[in-house]
Amino acid sequence: MFRRLTESRRALTIVVDGVATPARGGDSVAAALLAAGHAACRLSAVSGAPRGPYCQMGVCFDCLVMIDGVANRQACLTPVRDGMRVETQRGKREYGT
Amino acid sequence: MMAAGALDEGYDVAVVGAGPAGLAAAMVCAQAGLRCVLLDDQQNPGGQIYRGITNSPLARDTVLGPDYWRGEALVRAALASGAQYAPSATVWGLLRPDEIAVSIGGVSRQIRVTRTILATGAIERPFPIAGWTLPGVMTAGAAQILLKTSGLAPTGRTVLAGCGPLLWLLAWQYLNAGVRLDAILDTTASANWSRALRHAAGFAASPYLAKGLRLMRAVRRAVRIIRGVVEIKAEGRERVEAVICRTRRGQQERLPADTLLLHQGVVPNVNLAMSANVAHRWSDTQLCFVPCVDRYGATNVPHIAIAGDGAGIAGAEAAAARGRLAGIAAVRALTGKHLLAEEERTARHSLQRYERGRAFLDLLYQPAADFRRPRGDIVVCRCEEVTARQILDTVALGCPGPNQMKAFLRCGMGPCQGRFCGLTVTEMIAEARGVACDKVGYYRLRPPIKPITLGEIAGLPTDEAAINAVARE
Amino acid sequence: MPGGERNEFDVAVIGGGLVGAALAWGLARRGRTVAMLDEGDIAYRASRGNFALVWVQSKGSGLSEYALWTRYSADVWPQLAATLRDETGLDVCLQQTGGLHLLLSEREAESRANEIKRLHNQPGMVPFDYQMLDRAAVARMLPQVGPEVAGASFCPLDGHVNALRLLRALHVAFQKRGGCYFPERAVERIEPRGGEFRLHAGAGGTDVIAASKIVLAAGLGNARLGPMVGMNVPVRPQRGQIMVTEKTAPFMPYVVHTVRQTDEGSVMISDSVEEAGFDTSVGSAVLAVEADRAVKMFPHLARLNVVRCWAALRVMPKDGYPIYDRSQACPGAFVATCHSGVTLAGAHALALPPWIDTGVAPNDGFGAFATRRFDVPAIN
Repeated sequence: MFRRLTESRRALTIVVDGVATPARGGDSVAAALLAAGHAACRLSAVSGAPRGPYCQMGVCFDCLVMIDGVANRQACLTPVRDGMRVETQRGKREYGT
Repeated sequence: MMAAGALDEGYDVAVVGAGPAGLAAAMVCAQAGLRCVLLDDQQNPGGQIYRGITNSPLARDTVLGPDYWRGEALVRAALASGAQYAPSATVWGLLRPDEIAVSIGGVSRQIRVTRTILATGAIERPFPIAGWTLPGVMTAGAAQILLKTSGLAPTGRTVLAGCGPLLWLLAWQYLNAGVRLDAILDTTASANWSRALRHAAGFAASPYLAKGLRLMRAVRRAVRIIRGVVEIKAEGRERVEAVICRTRRGQQERLPADTLLLHQGVVPNVNLAMSANVAHRWSDTQLCFVPCVDRYGATNVPHIAIAGDGAGIAGAEAAAARGRLAGIAAVRALTGKHLLAEEERTARHSLQRYERGRAFLDLLYQPAADFRRPRGDIVVCRCEEVTARQILDTVALGCPGPNQMKAFLRCGMGPCQGRFCGLTVTEMIAEARGVACDKVGYYRLRPPIKPITLGEIAGLPTDEAAINAVARE
Repeated sequence: MPGGERNEFDVAVIGGGLVGAALAWGLARRGRTVAMLDEGDIAYRASRGNFALVWVQSKGSGLSEYALWTRYSADVWPQLAATLRDETGLDVCLQQTGGLHLLLSEREAESRANEIKRLHNQPGMVPFDYQMLDRAAVARMLPQVGPEVAGASFCPLDGHVNALRLLRALHVAFQKRGGCYFPERAVERIEPRGGEFRLHAGAGGTDVIAASKIVLAAGLGNARLGPMVGMNVPVRPQRGQIMVTEKTAPFMPYVVHTVRQTDEGSVMISDSVEEAGFDTSVGSAVLAVEADRAVKMFPHLARLNVVRCWAALRVMPKDGYPIYDRSQACPGAFVATCHSGVTLAGAHALALPPWIDTGVAPNDGFGAFATRRFDVPAIN
């Protein structure tokens, strides 16, 4: 669980698994998810185990989520955008995502 | 973010990585009039140690400490030097000595360069404990990035675990921010003290001692420290719920936790250099593979130099000094003139100052063997979920090294490309076989060293020979 | 159990790849004491560069014995898979539901149709079921194909397997049968001596392993080893560049000859053949052409992330056909090498061991694979 030390950044809204979720300008998607209380962002493609961001610098590939319909995007390297649709990456990438 | 198309066809120097080493190298090259591009996969400059320095939401001098903010001047100078700065640019291969493959915004390009300076820095050492793959368990470095870039701090029950300066720095930064920490599980191996103390004089004369002591004293006063921790397990179903630790003295404790932050040092991020066939050797002090470099960062591959923590862990100031030296070598090679002699003297003086004391830190904070070579069902390869038991069983089958291990078990085949399992696998094989890590070797790495899409690859230039090579019977 | 105390064996197999491991296991199952010698962690290892196809449809043009041998191997492959599962608990995920060789133009389609027709019209061929499919028929089988796919040749006998798990299973099964595995023992020198063989192996050739019979199954290494026992084994490296993607949900009920989806979900692409000597570097131009063709075949693949590329050196015998023979000059020395170590694994595990053991050829046409079809030089 993470909280914000400052509310100085521009407030915006992303949609996480269909739920409108507050975020702040400058957040990565990973930061926004953690700030909103989501520890896990995906289910492993190997075993289905829940996984969440581990390194925040783009090298662990545990923070994979579906963003605006595209699967397996690294949440920690993607800046939030107002209205962005973020979904749990449920296992293997589906055809067409 | 600039588009891939905005890159020139060619440059004199490409610097990969915009941390202190890369910023310094690019600055030196550009100021000397070379056409220089600074490529970095993050959106903003600073690398990891100065992460967020151009746009942190945290006000100056409140939480992060003066050492962090010192990086600002370097960033400003580098951005003003005339080097072309390309953020969100993933260098995925050095396919030829004079060609870099880079992906920006989903488009890949190959750019011609005369010289390349790799400044890809360091990554967290793997910390394979039971439950380390649970959501809510992350590296201390990750937590620090969240703090720097988004002003996020953990709430609820928070445990830090491991060893090394970064752990203490983070705890201190959290104290400055009013964050409550439940405990720090200190895994510093007491056996390390005797070997480290041999280098105590160097450490005492270094810039690290006074800072370090002040920091640790402040943390110790405010946070519960459990010393001599020899085993840690993270427990929980959907996320971490508790951390169990055992000390050398046999005391065991179960700490409820919402967040577990792990750290046992950083190691060079070797993937790009290794994929370009740069020679590496095993370091017995830093317990990782480091590239073989000379005093200017030159490697066995002509025109590839390495600077910064990627050449061996020594911290931000040493990285900047090494970056300047690599830049100076590039300037001399490309202009044919022995320029910047005074700058070299200054850089070497700085390097000497900041390298002093590293031997002490390296030895004191060598992670204990049990935390580097796990057993049983502890996951070693996070991507493919390969366990320690499977690896040891496969060594018993006669598997001599990490590449055969990869073929048999898939460890190292995931998208992280061995960054979080490679050292563990090498060390486990070495120990089980009774053979040196240098002899066991490491995963054989090839481009792309970060995943890129098939569509991007399809868009790369081709030639007649390539078209003929593609079978069409 | 690797190595161990023993250093004298009934048979020593030189090579721990798919060919060597299949033979070594087969011989161990027959009760022989067997040593399998292998190189170290970094080696050319064609077995790590295969495309894991069990492929029948286009093999044997110019040598019908090869077509028959291939067909036989595909037929016994289920038996191999089942036996390995019984002996090791490992499932090599054999899938033989049919394979398509996709064609991206009318010209390719015509050329392919003629080629397959020529193959089937050879004297000595036993025909097997195949069809030339037009675009509509392909799209019914693989709905995701792109608009440029013009057709395919299809054979219901084709399939694929998890080749890395196959290699592991063969090694496990071999050792369970008492076989001795010697890694990091590249053979420097073969010394025929008094009716048996002493193999000088390892760094400096200082480890000596003795055996009554030896089998050269060292892939590209056979070219150097063959003359040591009076055999000419002309094999050369052929580079293939391979890409592997992240794991994706299953979408291919059939195998395609250059694009396959593994059992754990990743997609492999390999479509290139280069004469590049022993150079294993990856070239972006070739990858680009392969990627372009793969995306033409399945447009949705364009979005997938490629997580690994590598270039593997495959074994190519001079005329493309396997080489199975035994030495006249040094009786007891055998050679077994081929390009298609996965397809032929069935035959290698089940039919070749009796030949090595008893000298009886597995079939009448077997002599076609002997080395006398090349020039025979004097012993080195």
